[in-house]
Amino acid sequence: MAAYIVRRILQAIVVMLTVALIAFSLFRFVGDPILALVGQDTTLEEQAELRKELGLTDPVVVQFARFVGNVARGELGISYGQRRPVIDMFKERLPATLELSLLSAVLAIGIGIPMGIYSGLHRDGWLSRVFQTVSLVGISLPPFLVGILLIYLFAVFIGVLPSQGRGDTVQLGWWSTGLLTWSGIKSLILPAITLGLFQMTLIMRLVRSEMLEVLRTDYIKFARARGLKNRVVNFGHALKNTLVPVITVTGLQVGSIVAFAVITETVFQWPGLGFLFLQSVQTVDIPVMAAYLVFVAAFFVIINLIVDLLYYVIDPRLRLDRTTSSDHGG
Amino acid sequence: MSIKGRFTRTSGLGLVLAAGLAMAAASPAEAKTFKWAFQGDPVSMDPYTINETLTLGFIGNIYESLIRRRKDLSIEPALAESWETVKPDVWRFHLRKNVKFHDGTPFTAKDVVFSWKRTLSQGSDVKTFVSGIKDIKVLDDHTIDIVTAGPRPIFTSEIPFWYIMSEDWAKKNKAVEVGKLTTEAENYANRHANGTGPFILKSREPGVKTVVVPNPNWWDKATHNITEGILTPIKSPATRVAALLSGELDMMYPAPTQDVNRIKGTKGLAMLEGPEARTIFLGFDLQRDELLYSNIKGKNPLKDVRVRKAMYQALDMNAIKKKVMRGNSWPAALLIAPQINGFKKELNTRFAYDPKASKKLLAAAGYPNGFEIVLDCPNDRYVNDEAICLAASAMLAKVGVKVKVNAQTKAKHFGKIKREDTSFYLLGWTPSTFDVHNVFYNNVKTRPAYLPKGVEPQPGQGQWNCGIYSNTEVDKLIELVANEIDPAKRQGMISKMMTIHKNEIGHIPLHQQPLSWAKKASIDLFQSPDNTFQLRWVTVK
Repeated sequence: MAAYIVRRILQAIVVMLTVALIAFSLFRFVGDPILALVGQDTTLEEQAELRKELGLTDPVVVQFARFVGNVARGELGISYGQRRPVIDMFKERLPATLELSLLSAVLAIGIGIPMGIYSGLHRDGWLSRVFQTVSLVGISLPPFLVGILLIYLFAVFIGVLPSQGRGDTVQLGWWSTGLLTWSGIKSLILPAITLGLFQMTLIMRLVRSEMLEVLRTDYIKFARARGLKNRVVNFGHALKNTLVPVITVTGLQVGSIVAFAVITETVFQWPGLGFLFLQSVQTVDIPVMAAYLVFVAAFFVIINLIVDLLYYVIDPRLRLDRTTSSDHGG
Repeated sequence: MSIKGRFTRTSGLGLVLAAGLAMAAASPAEAKTFKWAFQGDPVSMDPYTINETLTLGFIGNIYESLIRRRKDLSIEPALAESWETVKPDVWRFHLRKNVKFHDGTPFTAKDVVFSWKRTLSQGSDVKTFVSGIKDIKVLDDHTIDIVTAGPRPIFTSEIPFWYIMSEDWAKKNKAVEVGKLTTEAENYANRHANGTGPFILKSREPGVKTVVVPNPNWWDKATHNITEGILTPIKSPATRVAALLSGELDMMYPAPTQDVNRIKGTKGLAMLEGPEARTIFLGFDLQRDELLYSNIKGKNPLKDVRVRKAMYQALDMNAIKKKVMRGNSWPAALLIAPQINGFKKELNTRFAYDPKASKKLLAAAGYPNGFEIVLDCPNDRYVNDEAICLAASAMLAKVGVKVKVNAQTKAKHFGKIKREDTSFYLLGWTPSTFDVHNVFYNNVKTRPAYLPKGVEPQPGQGQWNCGIYSNTEVDKLIELVANEIDPAKRQGMISKMMTIHKNEIGHIPLHQQPLSWAKKASIDLFQSPDNTFQLRWVTVK
């Protein structure tokens, strides 16, 4: 197990270095950072001086090596856009993104799995059909549209929820939370639904089809033949066996909730990392872009690691494979 | 543990209001909180970090300069009570007495000298404001002599955005120089401010929320009635509109063109759509012997003034005004707007829209079947920029010039044209001095690399002259205009250089674009053509 984790971590480092290198070679196509840094009257000489000072005239490989060296020392540089250390900005923005992502994930899993189980067990019930229809909407509408529709419905027409921002926050050490104030919670609702909707429908559909699959298998039939209660068969046997693929997909989806909160955060002016990233692309704020991409890569790698470890917990076959090489899986 | 922000009560109020939608007029009497949104956020609170309208405009609520602009953009005394020229190159400024910075330290001559030195420090982007200053001599605490490099009639129009900082405060907080991007630490002045202006910076969360409160000790009489101002940047246009419609905002800008009619039609809301002092124009590659992006090989059709005139006369600016700008633009024949010093109404008549004449001119120049060319265009910088380029392309196609529009984000567009990697481009310009000289110096004067031998360039001349228009006589006139003190003589030179440039079709001026501000009808405010938004002119009813 320990060797396995070490191996995964080494792989992770290679993945992250690759991501960083690709990112760095892409930055050249985003535009000229200098033009976002100066006004229209700044002379070409001053611009050239600034370009040199920031090391932007060096070859990509040199810039990349310098970046990796700085990150290894814990220095992420100064943001071109806000003139502050990137690390401070990340600390400030991270709580907003994580709280939003966490609530979206809870919504997606907490609602998606029961809905999936229900429509798997009662595939012809009218409620299942309603779920199917809703999930079709959720899976086909792009998040920015869902967000705008929710804003117009709940902020403009009904007027019960704020259209943008994070509301009041409470500072707990360096962590700012919106979960402890009424306005913070209200502000969280619409973005969380927007961000979680797609994942929710995806999980629901996945659980449903897995359930239908498993319920057809022989061991379920045998279980029923043994006279076990429906509840035990459905949840103890069927559900547990559907969970491996569900966990894989859910895990990856949690990663993408964080990584792709960009759009939702922009629609709701949510002060999180994704929004910061989008702004940094528009202003060619290379230190922020670089740090964000590395952060997202790291996040995905960690999520994948956790998912792999969860397999061990849920699927006894994996544990058995290591100890005995006998064929229990059948 | 501390509760940040003060949204609670007002947003609770917002709920009640939004429920009844557009019952905004029923706001309470006591707290005059004014909330507004822009699509971006000021880069920094340090007045020397970047020469950008939004940032400098916002900081202008907190910091002040020696001279400020009135509503009509003419200048009036601010931190200087009066001034006179002792010699053509020496300006004597009498500084206002009993003015205090927000931290209580008095404003004196040493702060002006300090601000000058700080403006020249390495990380500063506003050196151009003080490029005319050769020396500052302190006569006493409230009198200074500013020595300029030669006679400089435009000096007073160069410094309204040059804000004065406190020497003591900067020294105390280790912000004596402007912050650099290569140091790991943040400059104190980046998120803190200490000016003499009508508002005090209360809190600053970059990209999220910035709060200002009135300065009770301001030297001038306050003309506003707000007790608190909250700026929230909102990037997404649809969200910005929604936040205004739901009553969460008192004002926002820019309003997206497609939502303007909706806002106008909503009870309790209003639009302000005055002209901006920015002129949008097209430029040509007039330098290369063969265009980079054209099907004509071996020669450059744009070098022929008949071709340029043909392209000019093929553009129907009234159609662009009606269809693309929805009636909201001011077609232009000069590179400067009517608000800019040097403007001459008689010269501001466009060559008539006349496709037949265009075809004749093209045939006479040897291109009866026209030619192909690529137009470089930004798609996120000016009002409807890409749509204007596409409309122009369709109009030029009618006379045979096939224009392919290369529209891209501003970070890429400006970089591309600035390194002369273009044949035909769109650009917009507001002179930061509100004087014609700035426009011609940057966009029309020959770039140093293309000057004949022996001609000494001035720093930065022609740096936005991306297609290298070059006319020795115009270059000479630009230099004369910079130094001429006599207003009548100066206007004569200005008219002359503008006429030459116009007749040579050095560029094709298109129009002035509208500012597009949306507000609650219950708010009184002033829309300045320089697109700065000043809280001192806001009244909440």
